[in-house]
Amino acid sequence: MDAQLTINGKPTNISSDAKRPLLDVLREDLHLTGTKYGCGESACGACTVLVDGSPMFSCQTKLAEVDGKSITTIEGIAHGDQLHPVQQAFCDQAAYQCGYCTPGMILSTIALLEKTPNPTRDDIIKGMNPHLCRCCTYPRIVAAVEQAAKSAKAVSP
Amino acid sequence: MAEKTTTEAPAAAPTEKPPVPQAALPKNGAEKPKTDTQTYPVGIAGVKIEEEERKVPATEAPPLPINEKLAVIGKPTPRVDGRAKVTGAAKYSADINLPGMLFAKLITSTVPHAIIKSIDTSAAEKHPAFRAIHMLDRDRSAAQTEEEKKDNWPRVRYVGQPLGAVCAPTQAHADDIARLVKITYEQKPFVVDPDKAKEPNAPIIFQGNAEQAGTAGGGGGPKDVKQNGNVRGPVAKGEADKAEIAFNSADVTVELDFRTQVQTHCALETHGLVADWKPDMLTVWASTQGTSSVRDELAAVFNLKKSQVRVITEYMGGGFGAKFGAGNYGVLATHLSKKANAPVRLMLDRREEHLCVGNRPSSIQKLKIGAKKDGTLVAMRLQSYGTAGVGTGAGASGPTQNLYTCPAIYTEDSDVFTNAGPSSAFRAPGHPQGAFSLEQGIDSLAEKLKMDPLALRDKIDDSEARREERRIGAERIGWKDRKPAGSDAGPIKRGIGVAQAIWYRIMNRDSHCDVRITQDGSVEFLSGVQDIGTGIRTALAQIVAETLGLKPTDITVKIGDTNYPQGPNSGGSVTTNSISPVARNAAWAAREQFLGQVAPALGVSADELEMADGRVFPKNNPNQSLTFKQAAKKMKVEQVAARGDRSDDYESKKGPRGKGAGGLGGVQFCQVAVDTSTGHIKVEKVVAVHDCGRPINPMGVKSQVNGGVIQGISYALFENRILDRNTGVMVNTNLEQYKIAGSREMPEIDAQLIEQYWGKSSTDAAGIGEPATVATAACVANAVYNAIGVRITQIPMTPAVVLEALASKQKASA
Repeated sequence: MDAQLTINGKPTNISSDAKRPLLDVLREDLHLTGTKYGCGESACGACTVLVDGSPMFSCQTKLAEVDGKSITTIEGIAHGDQLHPVQQAFCDQAAYQCGYCTPGMILSTIALLEKTPNPTRDDIIKGMNPHLCRCCTYPRIVAAVEQAAKSAKAVSP
Repeated sequence: MAEKTTTEAPAAAPTEKPPVPQAALPKNGAEKPKTDTQTYPVGIAGVKIEEEERKVPATEAPPLPINEKLAVIGKPTPRVDGRAKVTGAAKYSADINLPGMLFAKLITSTVPHAIIKSIDTSAAEKHPAFRAIHMLDRDRSAAQTEEEKKDNWPRVRYVGQPLGAVCAPTQAHADDIARLVKITYEQKPFVVDPDKAKEPNAPIIFQGNAEQAGTAGGGGGPKDVKQNGNVRGPVAKGEADKAEIAFNSADVTVELDFRTQVQTHCALETHGLVADWKPDMLTVWASTQGTSSVRDELAAVFNLKKSQVRVITEYMGGGFGAKFGAGNYGVLATHLSKKANAPVRLMLDRREEHLCVGNRPSSIQKLKIGAKKDGTLVAMRLQSYGTAGVGTGAGASGPTQNLYTCPAIYTEDSDVFTNAGPSSAFRAPGHPQGAFSLEQGIDSLAEKLKMDPLALRDKIDDSEARREERRIGAERIGWKDRKPAGSDAGPIKRGIGVAQAIWYRIMNRDSHCDVRITQDGSVEFLSGVQDIGTGIRTALAQIVAETLGLKPTDITVKIGDTNYPQGPNSGGSVTTNSISPVARNAAWAAREQFLGQVAPALGVSADELEMADGRVFPKNNPNQSLTFKQAAKKMKVEQVAARGDRSDDYESKKGPRGKGAGGLGGVQFCQVAVDTSTGHIKVEKVVAVHDCGRPINPMGVKSQVNGGVIQGISYALFENRILDRNTGVMVNTNLEQYKIAGSREMPEIDAQLIEQYWGKSSTDAAGIGEPATVATAACVANAVYNAIGVRITQIPMTPAVVLEALASKQKASA
């Protein structure tokens, strides 16, 4: 099929099998390798991208499902050298060890804070629970989401 | 926020003097190295620090004072590679995309035990996307017998065993083509249950003595062990008779049986690599814990010089012990690259990851401890069986052998072969299993003796570090308010438990680096050592920065490439101990050269100069300073560079003070809530107090402790490889039914570090990955006992296991 996608703000045409996972299209066709394969069945969250602002597991999202939609990957959230506040929070809190789960975690955090600007600790834990971190850096990840929530409040009117 | 980020350094410890500059370094290592006598801090900061002399090679950097007196080392430092990790710029092996690269797929066995009669590749080769196929002659990760080394094809011994691989221009094509390879098997009886496999009439998995190669997964068990049926062992330590006699003198004994499950590593990034075979050079981008281990294995297999193999691991997504050597997949990808004359990427999928690249062996343990009324141990005996599948090395006796002072310790470890994937090293091999038994045994002994479990440990544990850790932890968990076992009234019962960790302080002398300073003020650190997620990249930047009076972000750390000086493998909490002194030594030597170059511009001699706060200045006239960058411009040459090597540990006249005192360790406390109506265990709080010598980056070390604790909880409560005993198939080869801890299972964690100084190297630092996970399962079990008054002796402690234990207690008391 010929799919029309907006990827990180850029209109992009993809000619490929309609059933192909979005993950493969991003990684292999577009070389956006920040989105990771972890399990291939929506159980670990490493492949999370934002589709029209909502987190989706790209490993189980077919190309046909995202035709005409806007995709945001980890490569598309910083403004030049200026990190997104959620990225900055993950850096400040060292909310990673190997870092393999980090892109998915960051994108889900952006969606979580969009929906719930003042999350409780339970909201954060629930929101991040679809994401596995085998290094088990969860305490710092929760701290990073808390910092990001605070810094978002500081910049918004 | 659960985690405490305060109290990085314990209270002040006096008596340190500033470093004394050393004599000029010898030009090469040919002559016997000159030695200097230096004075080092020794002891525990906040408890007692003494000065001790050491004779050290003259190439060693001068002693560092304790962390409190340092600018960068010991200070919480965010990762220097954070930006790469949060922007997706960090390149992991699967992210390497080379022009013309092909994708490979493993061909794996579908039966648990068989001899391969024929392999038909014709259909696969007719596929238009087919590029190459390679079949293995043996399973490189498993044990094998001498006899089968002559075979053309591997003996099939478990479902999912790699037999070969194909490659094609897309992954989808490679997956399709792999399915077209037809393998005819002569099936044999099989057994996946270790209890059944131990029986005399069980199907025999290895006809003859089987050994697992040392390159396979970073381990394998001891060699030349007697084998009887599927039982390989026992490997005995100590004297059985002596222990039996000693038990007679015990006032109290405890005897308990324990069972632990098979755990798979589940690194989020699967095993794999990209291999690019060129006539003069093989380049490999590998997800590995040992760049040099991959280089060495590929050089050996393909008959290349080590200089013809380059292994690159810029970033890697976790290994936990399973990622050493080239593995079946690495050898296959290299063969395919050679045959197809193109780069080949072979990354495992999640199912393959569970099946064929390692696991933590199970254990079936019988423990007996005998003690005097005052708690003095008189004898300990542990008999352990475990299955490492078709691998070896399921021993669990480490903690019983090493943790406590006891005059008669006897242990037996046996492997039981089963038709299941081979084990590999997994975070503190044998120790979470061994601590699960020993630390519950000690808890049980304390109860029988009517002693406080901490008081008992004060009596039998020689480690000064753990003594202090018990003190700190007891205070922070509220130990004094701990109630007698099972005393909560309601259906939800709370309890507090403690357990201890021990691990070895291991050092690898194959640890080298270069430190370069260039006229533009750039500083580089280069070594083959890889950062597997622990943060060694940041720790190395801190050490170089401390030595040059700079900030960690001023240092460019280039690691994970065999083109750089050889680095140590990362496993066994070895990395920091091995490479951090090397970084310090090289940075110091580079500093001496640098100061020699810039001293004339400041009109003083080099030894009158100091470097601090990003400036270079005469010690007696700090106002006459240059910035580091200005000073670098004054160098007469474009670049100075120095090599760092690992000397042997400095010898101390006193030596370790008693059993269990020489290694690394920690003490963990936890509070659990057990719902006795559902059997559900919730770990509410963990206080984990640990030692790793001199902590370089408390932020990184505490992340390792958090990770060890949560992974330990995951092991204690959830994880379990389940094999169907009728088919030999693993039924939960995913991350859904193979449950690992997520953020919901995270307790409040209070990670505390003590600073321990030994005077053994120029940094006195060590790793912490292993000790951080050793005690956790035992700690949870002891807390569960304190909550419900029933001892759970098997993991995972699922709700069903808890309810069954409660029911059998009720039955017994009825």
